[in-house]
Amino acid sequence: MAFFTTFKRFFSRLFRSKDDLKLGLYGPPNGGKSTLANRICTDWLGEEMSSVSNVPHETREINIKENIIIKNKKGKQLSFNLVDTPGIATKIDYEDFIKKGINEPNAKKRAKEATKGVIESIKWLDQMDSVVVVLDATIDPYSQVNITIIGNLAARNIPVVIAANKVDLKKADLDRIKAAFPQYEVVGISARYGQNMEDFYNELFKLLK
Amino acid sequence: MVTFQFVPYQEIEGLSSAKRINKLLKIVKENKIVLLQGRLKKEEEADLIEITMEEVTEKFKGVELSVIYPEKSREGDMLSKMKSGFMNTLLGDRQGFTVIGPASIIKKIEKNPNKIELFTQEKK
Repeated sequence: MAFFTTFKRFFSRLFRSKDDLKLGLYGPPNGGKSTLANRICTDWLGEEMSSVSNVPHETREINIKENIIIKNKKGKQLSFNLVDTPGIATKIDYEDFIKKGINEPNAKKRAKEATKGVIESIKWLDQMDSVVVVLDATIDPYSQVNITIIGNLAARNIPVVIAANKVDLKKADLDRIKAAFPQYEVVGISARYGQNMEDFYNELFKLLK
Repeated sequence: MVTFQFVPYQEIEGLSSAKRINKLLKIVKENKIVLLQGRLKKEEEADLIEITMEEVTEKFKGVELSVIYPEKSREGDMLSKMKSGFMNTLLGDRQGFTVIGPASIIKKIEKNPNKIELFTQEKK
């Protein structure tokens, strides 16, 4: 089965047009995937893509922005479709949303939608050509969700770069993320303030070459 | 009181991925913490999250999951790496263990390479 999937992926990549490349943003909830999606879209299209919030699971459906073209200093161009995914979690408790100020009926609705979002994110893994795993640099990276996401991307031979987000915050610890995932490129960024985005875009060129 | 149930690898080795996950989730839904010998495949870990999400209700809020796996020796010789890879393919990955528990009981599992801490939820 695994062999068949790899075989299928190889051929679909071989015959896929470069304009059809799908770049996925994956990670746990509230890591800043949608903020990064907005940053990329604002930088290159002049418009935002997703709504963002401090309440976890703000993104509960897959969002796709097609045909983003980025350029580097040497004048090279890169075109891809950006896929912003709901955060992956192993538990969802509607009472956590109530604690964030959402009323009970809406909290329950949000929880239901969030569970569907997690399922969608996992189902879409096979569609991705490359993935940026977005982690909150202020949080302990040794969580099983992070390990499972990255392990599954590796098992599917999907190239990965890790964006350690929120490096503008004092508690951010880039070295801890590098130590947790030494086999991956880790770029420290602040998607909110656009910090270190040039390095991030350079990594995208390497990732999607 | 917190109940742990040990699941030896041989209890799941002959099962399909779906049956493995259902067996483990069934125990978790009985409010027990599973201590599984070895680990699931990477894809099965993702399937476990997916199936858990399908089963989340107001009462069952999901799971906490952690895999404790011996640090692979980076300096090990090629022969021992090949041997361990071959044994894992042949017999399944029995090294380390996996903790899966209901999110209503386990608040979080913290681990770093040298220790694991399991925090339980305070009773309301």
